[in-house]
Amino acid sequence: MKAKVYVTLKPSVLDPQGKAIHHSVELLGYKDISDVRQGKYFEIALDDAASEADAAAAVEKIAKDVLTNPIIEDYRVEITS
Amino acid sequence: MKFGVIVFPGSNCDHDAYHVVSKHIGQPVDFIWHKETDLSGYDAILIPGGFSYGDYLRAGALASFSPVMNAVKDFAAKGKFVFGICNGFQILCETGLLPGALMRNENLHFVCKHVNIRNENTNTPYTSEIEHGAVLSIPIAHAEGNYVCDEETLNSLEENGQIVFRYCDENGALSDESNPNGALSNIAGICNLDRNVLGMMPHPERACEELLGSNDGRDMFRSLAKAVAAAG
Repeated sequence: MKAKVYVTLKPSVLDPQGKAIHHSVELLGYKDISDVRQGKYFEIALDDAASEADAAAAVEKIAKDVLTNPIIEDYRVEITS
Repeated sequence: MKFGVIVFPGSNCDHDAYHVVSKHIGQPVDFIWHKETDLSGYDAILIPGGFSYGDYLRAGALASFSPVMNAVKDFAAKGKFVFGICNGFQILCETGLLPGALMRNENLHFVCKHVNIRNENTNTPYTSEIEHGAVLSIPIAHAEGNYVCDEETLNSLEENGQIVFRYCDENGALSDESNPNGALSNIAGICNLDRNVLGMMPHPERACEELLGSNDGRDMFRSLAKAVAAAG
C-alpha cells in the first residue's frame, strides 16, 4: 500500500516561489499561463499487513500533524494499493 | 539563575548565545542537547539560530518534534522564559508556542545584513531596559523570515501588545523598503500572551560587542537577566 500526500499553500497565502517560476515560464515563451503555485508531494510506503482503514487514519494524522503547517498550508491524501 | 541553550543537529548560533550569557550578563549557562527531557534546573531557555535538521520539510518543523521541545512547552507553561532567535523563532511558531508562521522571504533571497528594528513594547521581560520606540541595529541572516498570520491573529497581537519589534528605517519609520523579507506589518519579533516566550528573526546575540558592529542587542539580555532575577 502506498499513500500520496499533496501539500499546497492556502489560496490566501502569497507564493513568491510560484511567482518566480511563473516568471521564468513566461520568459520561455509560454504566454497562456495565468498562475503557478508551488507545493510538496510525499510518497509514504505502508506495510501490506496494515488494514486500509488503519493506514488511512495514520496517514491522515501524519499529513495533518507533521507534513502540513495548518497556518499556511492545506493537504490532500490518496491511498493506492 | 541558570540559563540553557538548546542544541539541535544543525544549530549554529548556540555558541554565540552561550558567549553572551556567560560574558555579558555573567550568568551560568549550559548547552542542552535536543534529546534532553528535564529542564527543571533552568530559569531561562534560549533556542538559538541555525539550520536545525537542515531546514528539511519546513524551517523549524522537525526540531519542533524533538524530545526537548515537550519539556520546553511545559517550561513555558510554568511562566519561565523561552527566547527563540531566528531558527529558534521558527521552531517556536512550529511548536505553537507563538502564533503565525515564517515563510520564504518575499524576494526569495537569503538576506544577511544589519537592519533597524523598532521596539514596540517595553513591558516585556526582554525589553524592559530598552526605551519605547528605540531603534536598534541588529543583524539578520535568514531565508525564511517572512512572518504571516491571519487577520484575526494580527489584530489580537496588536491589541495585546505582543508585537515587540518591527523592521523600520534608521529614524524609526516603517516602510516597505525597510522590511527585508516581506513580513506582515513589518513584524520582526513577537511574544506570547503571557510575554514569557519571545521569538524574533534578528540576532541580538550577534550585536553585543562594538567589534561586531553594534552592541544594541545587550539591553535585551540585560532585561532578561533582570526579569529572571525578579522571578527568583
